[in-house]
Amino acid sequence: MTDPMTDPVTDPVTDPRPDPVTDISVQVQAGRFDPGAELNAFTANTTAIGAVASFVGLVRDLNLDHAVAALHLEHYPGMTEQVLLEIAGQASQRWALQRLRVIHRFGDLLPGDPIVMVLTASPHRGEALEACAFVMDFLKTQAPFWKRESTPAGPRWVDARASDDHALGRWQAGKGVDHG
Amino acid sequence: MLTILLFARLREAAGIDRLQLPDPAAPVALRAICQQLQAHDGRIAEALAATPQLRAAINQRMVGMEALVQAGDEIAFFPPVTGG
Repeated sequence: MTDPMTDPVTDPVTDPRPDPVTDISVQVQAGRFDPGAELNAFTANTTAIGAVASFVGLVRDLNLDHAVAALHLEHYPGMTEQVLLEIAGQASQRWALQRLRVIHRFGDLLPGDPIVMVLTASPHRGEALEACAFVMDFLKTQAPFWKRESTPAGPRWVDARASDDHALGRWQAGKGVDHG
Repeated sequence: MLTILLFARLREAAGIDRLQLPDPAAPVALRAICQQLQAHDGRIAEALAATPQLRAAINQRMVGMEALVQAGDEIAFFPPVTGG
């Protein structure tokens, strides 16, 4: 039995809080980007932001014990942007974010290249940190990108990891820290 | 017409990235379109069979195999995603 007075059912994912007016931007591009420049530009023209969290994913030169000379990222143009915007929208409903930016590359990349960057800004650190992790966890399992590595033994499609699916579990209703 | 798109390992194994199928007369489950695709081309059938965790999208939204396909839809089949 649930009593609505004592057991308010709040699903942070589907129960939008009052519109926090998040400035959202999503960019899917073939060209390189500069994470440092992105980080600096992210807080431009405002002094209301108290916390910025960021994640940068890089191409490694070693995966599952084999050398990686290059990485090709295939994507589904159109759907990719749509999915990233949707994930960003969900994050902005769940946490009070001022800004949220996602950059993801496609095409040919080299070891050391940034693949993805997620930036979140909020008045206090909790929201920014959690939202950044949330966006990455959903991006890994929902955004239509596929990696193909060039290895000494030839090209090899990267397999999805079960741990990426499991990572989503912590964002289900009732889990995680509520900064509401 | 239905537009069918294939991606990544599945596209490579099928040897084709896009094809068209006639519209269904009435909305039909995606599973039926997948079976129709397998009957349409042996190489695609093999590629689909070799994709254990097949994912799909209708009009660029990820859906399950029971989702309904309507005339003119864009349907995509692909392996689990590996971005980020």
